[in-house]
Amino acid sequence: METQTGTVTLKRGLAEMLKGGVIMDVVNADEAKIAEEAGACAVMALERVPADIRADGGVARMSDPAMIEKIMETVSIPVMAKCRIGHFVEAQVLESLGVDYIDESEVLTPADEEHHVNKHDFKVPFVCGCRNLGEALRRIGEGAAMMRTKGEAGTGDVVEAVRHARSVLGSIRRLQSLQEEELMAFAKEIGAPYELVKETRERGRLPVVNFAAGGIATPADAALMMQLGVDGVFVGSGIFKSGDPLKRAKAIVMATTHYQDAAIIADVSKNIGVAMVGIHVHSIPSTELLATRGW
Amino acid sequence: MGVAVGVLALQGDFHAHLTVLQHLGAEVRAVRLPAQLAGLAGLVIPGGESTTIGKLAEAYGLMQPMRNLAAQGAAMWGTCAGAILLSRDAHRAQPLLNLMDITVQRNAFGRQVDSFEAQLQVPALAAGQNGSSKPFHAIFIRAPMIESVGPDVEVLATLPAGEIVAARQGRLLATAFHPELTADTRFHELFLRLAGK
Repeated sequence: METQTGTVTLKRGLAEMLKGGVIMDVVNADEAKIAEEAGACAVMALERVPADIRADGGVARMSDPAMIEKIMETVSIPVMAKCRIGHFVEAQVLESLGVDYIDESEVLTPADEEHHVNKHDFKVPFVCGCRNLGEALRRIGEGAAMMRTKGEAGTGDVVEAVRHARSVLGSIRRLQSLQEEELMAFAKEIGAPYELVKETRERGRLPVVNFAAGGIATPADAALMMQLGVDGVFVGSGIFKSGDPLKRAKAIVMATTHYQDAAIIADVSKNIGVAMVGIHVHSIPSTELLATRGW
Repeated sequence: MGVAVGVLALQGDFHAHLTVLQHLGAEVRAVRLPAQLAGLAGLVIPGGESTTIGKLAEAYGLMQPMRNLAAQGAAMWGTCAGAILLSRDAHRAQPLLNLMDITVQRNAFGRQVDSFEAQLQVPALAAGQNGSSKPFHAIFIRAPMIESVGPDVEVLATLPAGEIVAARQGRLLATAFHPELTADTRFHELFLRLAGK
């Protein structure tokens, strides 16, 4: 009997299984255990959460493979890890470790300022960030099997996540109001592959699962992104930079599932300790914004 | 309207199941809280992360009401994570419904890079209105396998090496793979027949 591995169906399919869930950044096995205990649907293994990368400065690279392996041994849920934009050898290394998803991430320092990784070359699926529909469809064209709107990582300020989710989802609504003959000009305008523009219009949504990321720090933040229309959320610094990570992580998981139920969101938001302090996005010089990385 | 069935919508690919079941004419409902189980003739527990779904189900008091629903004769079908939840043992401390006399091994085929698609022979799908004995194209994503079944459980499909990947016990159905991600609706039709009895 013939079996196939590494197909587009399988890559996009794993993202389908993550829907409605919370993917949490963790920097060691103990945090990974807490995330799993709290009900995370996957973890992102990395050496420093975005808030620390931002504070430390310098070049941010793929994490130590030994640390990623330790996390893979510790939890039974999927483990994701980040490579630098365009750094296809870091991606090869992560694939050889057997991580379940690679995040080609603007949170790390880009290795290539023109090209992203050709993700069709890999059996492991990729998730990529986007600020708008054109960027999303370019990444999907390169083989990304899942998207996340970017936000501004490591700030605890949800404003950029909202901006980017509204941009992507608003563009899809506008696309659906266009006539067939207007699609090519639209594709040209947003710099996206024509076939993917057509597919997005037919489906009325991105062809792959789309999470929100960057700046989500509270249960209400997570529910806000879900109500705006994303399929799930990434929480980076927001959990382990807070006063009581397990409580907060559980609360964010509950709020993501029951995102339409304000009474439940209120209930889970009670007494969960101090949220991460946060940095107001407009206080960051434009040269230090992470979301503008990626092309 | 057809038979009323629910899909547990705590986490995972519940939309895919809702879409197929609606297309087949069922009256469908997303279930997040115990009250939403009332009056259902069947419940699907979708793919997703079994630990996440189990914890969310426990947190909002859904475990016992789901067992009660099955005891009242409703059909239940678990796909992948859902099959784990229906089992009596998954070799890990996690919330289980303990409804089917099966034990499962999680991530039995490896990690995501080992996920696979395969053609399965499923004789039970030959029955019914649109039944056919053609192979079922099955999608296995970080899939579990059913490692043992009790005397009342009928094995519906195995892989060539003998791993059990689909089983039925009365009105309870477990598949290690994801029929909801394909255009072949025969498993959903089988579930609706079980719910309609």
